[in-house]
Amino acid sequence: MNVLENEIDKINEAVLEMMHLVGQQLEKSKRALLGPDTELAEEIIFTEKRINALELTIDRYCENAIALYSPVATDLRFLISMLKVNSDLERIGDYAEGIASYVTEMEEDLNQDMLAAIKINEMFDLAMEMMVAMEKGAREENTGLLRKLFKMDSSLNKINKKKSKVISEYIKKDPNLIIQGFYLHSTIKKLERVGDHIKNVAEDYIFYLDAEIFKHKKKKK
Amino acid sequence: MELESKHIKIKTKDINVYYDTVKVLNNINMEIEPNTVTALIGPSGCGKSTFLRLINRMNDYIEGFRKEGDVLLDDKDIYSKNTQVELLRKEVGMVFQKPNPFPKSIFENVVYGLRIQGVKDKQKLNEAAEQALVQAAIWDEVKDNLKKSALALSGGQQQRLCIARTLAVEPSVILMDEPASALDPISTAKIEELIHELKKDYTIMIVTHNMHQAGRVSDKTGFFYMGDLVEFGDTKEMFMSPRKQETENYISGRFG
Ligand SMILES: Nc1ncnc2c1ncn2[C@@H]1O[C@H](COP(=O)(O)OP(=O)(O)OP(=O)(O)O)[C@@H](O)[C@H]1O
Ligand SMILES: [Mg+2]
Repeated sequence: MNVLENEIDKINEAVLEMMHLVGQQLEKSKRALLGPDTELAEEIIFTEKRINALELTIDRYCENAIALYSPVATDLRFLISMLKVNSDLERIGDYAEGIASYVTEMEEDLNQDMLAAIKINEMFDLAMEMMVAMEKGAREENTGLLRKLFKMDSSLNKINKKKSKVISEYIKKDPNLIIQGFYLHSTIKKLERVGDHIKNVAEDYIFYLDAEIFKHKKKKK
Repeated sequence: MELESKHIKIKTKDINVYYDTVKVLNNINMEIEPNTVTALIGPSGCGKSTFLRLINRMNDYIEGFRKEGDVLLDDKDIYSKNTQVELLRKEVGMVFQKPNPFPKSIFENVVYGLRIQGVKDKQKLNEAAEQALVQAAIWDEVKDNLKKSALALSGGQQQRLCIARTLAVEPSVILMDEPASALDPISTAKIEELIHELKKDYTIMIVTHNMHQAGRVSDKTGFFYMGDLVEFGDTKEMFMSPRKQETENYISGRFG
């Protein structure tokens, strides 16, 4: 194994670790919100620092590998992709932390009817399912599995689209729900964004593995 | 203009080359458009230099050399009976790995080819020398000292002088066999910049062992392995996503 291959192994391990950590954060953010569990929320906020540090480390590894080994072909595609994957994962971590910090500020119990109506449970579960599939796809370098994420993401988008209407109906009935309405609105938005980042990760892996670029392709109006 | 860009400058058709009974190039088909830089890469002994020398018939001197297939330059078979090899060499210039200036002045080196062609007009020689030295990006370094011996120049300067010598006879194709492998990074960068400039007026083929040089200077890259042209295509594509595993292994240094 040459030196660059060693570096690439190291980066691969770190990215998979990052993926796993971020998945845990998201799963915990669900439990923290729906519990509610303030202690768990504090733990998420604390772990976020570790994720940020790991992001910097991965960035540095990738930059060094590019600068020192002038990679080409698969190696180059891997490094370009991992730089992007890294930043998408970090953003997912941010969203989990954002949800957690709402839990720490929460002053009232969440209205269970509204929670059910906006399908927040399903939203979390779908996002988690995507996280798990992404990690498996990445670990096994299985582009078939990664391609399935695009379809899953569109289910998330569907729920997201309905959120404003559903929440505003609850607020109309009971204006006291306005604060938690806003928070839940932004939580759903965050989960929808998580889906987008997972989709980006899948695209980057597919570019690395199959040398295929399909971002921007479908954007033609 | 559209038509011109479709024109094929150099075309090889089903080329096989043998040295005595050993086949060293195997069915090579390549089409090269004008005003492009084509890099030839591949492990030592794979046939890059042999292929390059085919284009200006430098292999003809080699004992036991034999070829099958055709090499077309501007649609004309350069191995046909009517080809005048001297004219071909004027049309297809060559720059070698080691700078090989003659033990003469800088000026005499540059105008060497023209003198052979019988050009005597002093004015014409002066103009041609200046133009070639400017094109080869060495004019500023030597203009006050054209009478100095070429051997007193640095390696990188000598190589650019040899390029000037090649350019002075106004070829349309320039073949370069590892032109920068004996040079430091600064001289190498100069040669690479020069290749970039020269592309406007010439069609260039360059053999290089430096993968990143191939990436930097060329539009197209051909990867040779054991006499086969394994892959030939856009350099960008080849370096980002080669089609063949052998190419991938070679360019990423995982060969063998
Ligand atoms: N003059 C010659 N007589 C006999 N065989 C030769 C001669 N020149 C080259 N060969 C053989 O032909 C094959 C191709 O050689 P060539 O010089 O074209 O390779 P190359 O790709 O340019 O290698 P390098 O990167 O080392 O310059 C080799 O196997 C070599 O041994
Ligand atoms: Mg050679």
